[in-house]
Amino acid sequence: MLAGEQNVLVRAQSLRKSFGGVKAVEDVNFSLRRGEIVGLVGESGSGKTTVGRMALRLLDPTSGGVVFDGTDLTTLSGGQMRCMRQRMQLIFQDPFASLNPHMRIGEAIEEPLIVHGLNGGRSGRRERVFELMSVVGLRPSYAERYPHEFSGGQRQRIGIARALASNPEFIVADEAVSALDVSIQAQIINLLRELQRNLHLTMLFISHDLGVVRYIADRIMVMYLGRIVELGPADELFSNPRHPYTKALISAIPETNPSLRRDRIILKGDVPSPINPPSGCVFRERCPVALPACAAEVPTLRPAGSDRMKACIRDDVD
Amino acid sequence: MMKHIMRSGIYLLPIALMTSFLVFSMLLLLPGDPTIALLGERATLEEREALRIKMGFDDPIPLQYARWMEKTVTGDFGRSLRTQEPVADMLATRIPVTLELTLLAVLLSVVIGVPGGILAALKRNTWTDFIISFLSMGGMALPYFWAGILLIRLFSLQLGWLPPSGYVPFFQDPVQNVKLMIMPSLTVGVSLIALVMRQTRTSMLEVMSQDYIRTARAKGVSHTRVVFRHALHNAMIPIVTVIGLQMGALVSGAVVTETIFSLPGLGRMIVEGIFERDLAPVQAGILVIVIGVILVNMLTDLTYAVLDRRIKL
Repeated sequence: MLAGEQNVLVRAQSLRKSFGGVKAVEDVNFSLRRGEIVGLVGESGSGKTTVGRMALRLLDPTSGGVVFDGTDLTTLSGGQMRCMRQRMQLIFQDPFASLNPHMRIGEAIEEPLIVHGLNGGRSGRRERVFELMSVVGLRPSYAERYPHEFSGGQRQRIGIARALASNPEFIVADEAVSALDVSIQAQIINLLRELQRNLHLTMLFISHDLGVVRYIADRIMVMYLGRIVELGPADELFSNPRHPYTKALISAIPETNPSLRRDRIILKGDVPSPINPPSGCVFRERCPVALPACAAEVPTLRPAGSDRMKACIRDDVD
Repeated sequence: MMKHIMRSGIYLLPIALMTSFLVFSMLLLLPGDPTIALLGERATLEEREALRIKMGFDDPIPLQYARWMEKTVTGDFGRSLRTQEPVADMLATRIPVTLELTLLAVLLSVVIGVPGGILAALKRNTWTDFIISFLSMGGMALPYFWAGILLIRLFSLQLGWLPPSGYVPFFQDPVQNVKLMIMPSLTVGVSLIALVMRQTRTSMLEVMSQDYIRTARAKGVSHTRVVFRHALHNAMIPIVTVIGLQMGALVSGAVVTETIFSLPGLGRMIVEGIFERDLAPVQAGILVIVIGVILVNMLTDLTYAVLDRRIKL
């Protein structure tokens, strides 16, 4: 991990974001290594989308920073940041709302090339658009059509082509497949995986669907109420979750084989309000193994085995 | 596209016919005797009776309507009872005045209203926004005659910049024409400016919160390009709708405004006709306005097709 220091493309440092009194993200730290897919999971309201937005500085953090390839994004001016956008892109959740309805899809894919002055003149750009379209499995002849003429899966392909247009190194996929049918989800996930390998992309894959994340991600971060509670390689995290919340989450995944049915850990109550979170560990009120000491202070995210981290003081129940 | 225009043209016909009948019969139902207006209060009953027969006022209404229609379709709108001037000639001199007035008002509403609305939307919840919203609220509440009087007080009486009333045709003296038309078109336009401003603000705010605006920003598109290329383009359709729908209201504003500023337009022709029980110009004037409003609506439809490239007419 230390040897990989220059291997790190994106580093989030003590990211915090509050909206009014709501603490959406609290003290989030992570690094993304070049060429890996990191899954970010958590339930609605856990702050995963906010983290994704801040990683691209589409949202300014309340405090903390994001270092992208050695540059602290929060120090960049508007113009510098716009140039930087060429190297980082976002794939949106909703393929219906995220395309300008009045733009032909060819124009939508071409626009990043125009604003960043890539691929030379008009014909060079058109060529690149056609190339991108065939990379994501769309017929180049569709370039003259408008978004409403496409299905959800096709639109998501358009969104991916658009994100790839400027040849980015870093992509945040925010619930990129949640709005799609399961059969289409698989197609898009395979496409993303394939593109990531071929283009050596670094990807932050945000999802609430553990099955999807397990399939695509190399490493997984689990968020709960604005904090990262566990982080580790996908396989290990699934086979041997360390944090009580992760354990509960994984036990809740439906099993296709009934004879393998596990004991489900049923959590009490609901996610507490982020306006007034509990003292100490934010999970303690619902935690099956909480101790009085958990109320005392917020557990830090600390190493728990090789390349794994967790934010829990109960090492004894692992 | 051509097919669409033809189809709208066919719709135009029955509407115009219906309006013409309504206008025609409504005026006959108005109290008051046109012969009194013509011959004066002191005319004898016999004299008035003779004139009634001569003018055909005693004939059955459908017959009067048919007679009027027959002439109208051939472009003969009759003569003004009062001045004996052919109504067709009156229309020829008065339509350009009202047309100029309303077109200038629309132009002002676009030139002032759209940028104002964009500014308010971009500076949402700041003092700029509050001031613009306050002004547009006030503008909508301001009656035409009051706006006109205020403008005359300020620009004619106190500052002495603009002549308070009168009209010179544009081709005779363009500078004087524009000077004379500024205040009337502002008067007619003030509520439309206000409305366009509000509509622009609302639809810009709505569009700016759309996901595809975020997409554009994520692409690295500059703020200006986001606002004009992505947002304004999508926000324009409701704005055009508002302008198109308000054309009727604009003409009613023109009636009042032409009276305040003594402009020889259609509106004043209608008002004077009503006061004098001089029916022919009133009927012709209203017919022209109705057809004008229908044409504007057709034009609005065509504008959608230009703005929204997804619509294939």
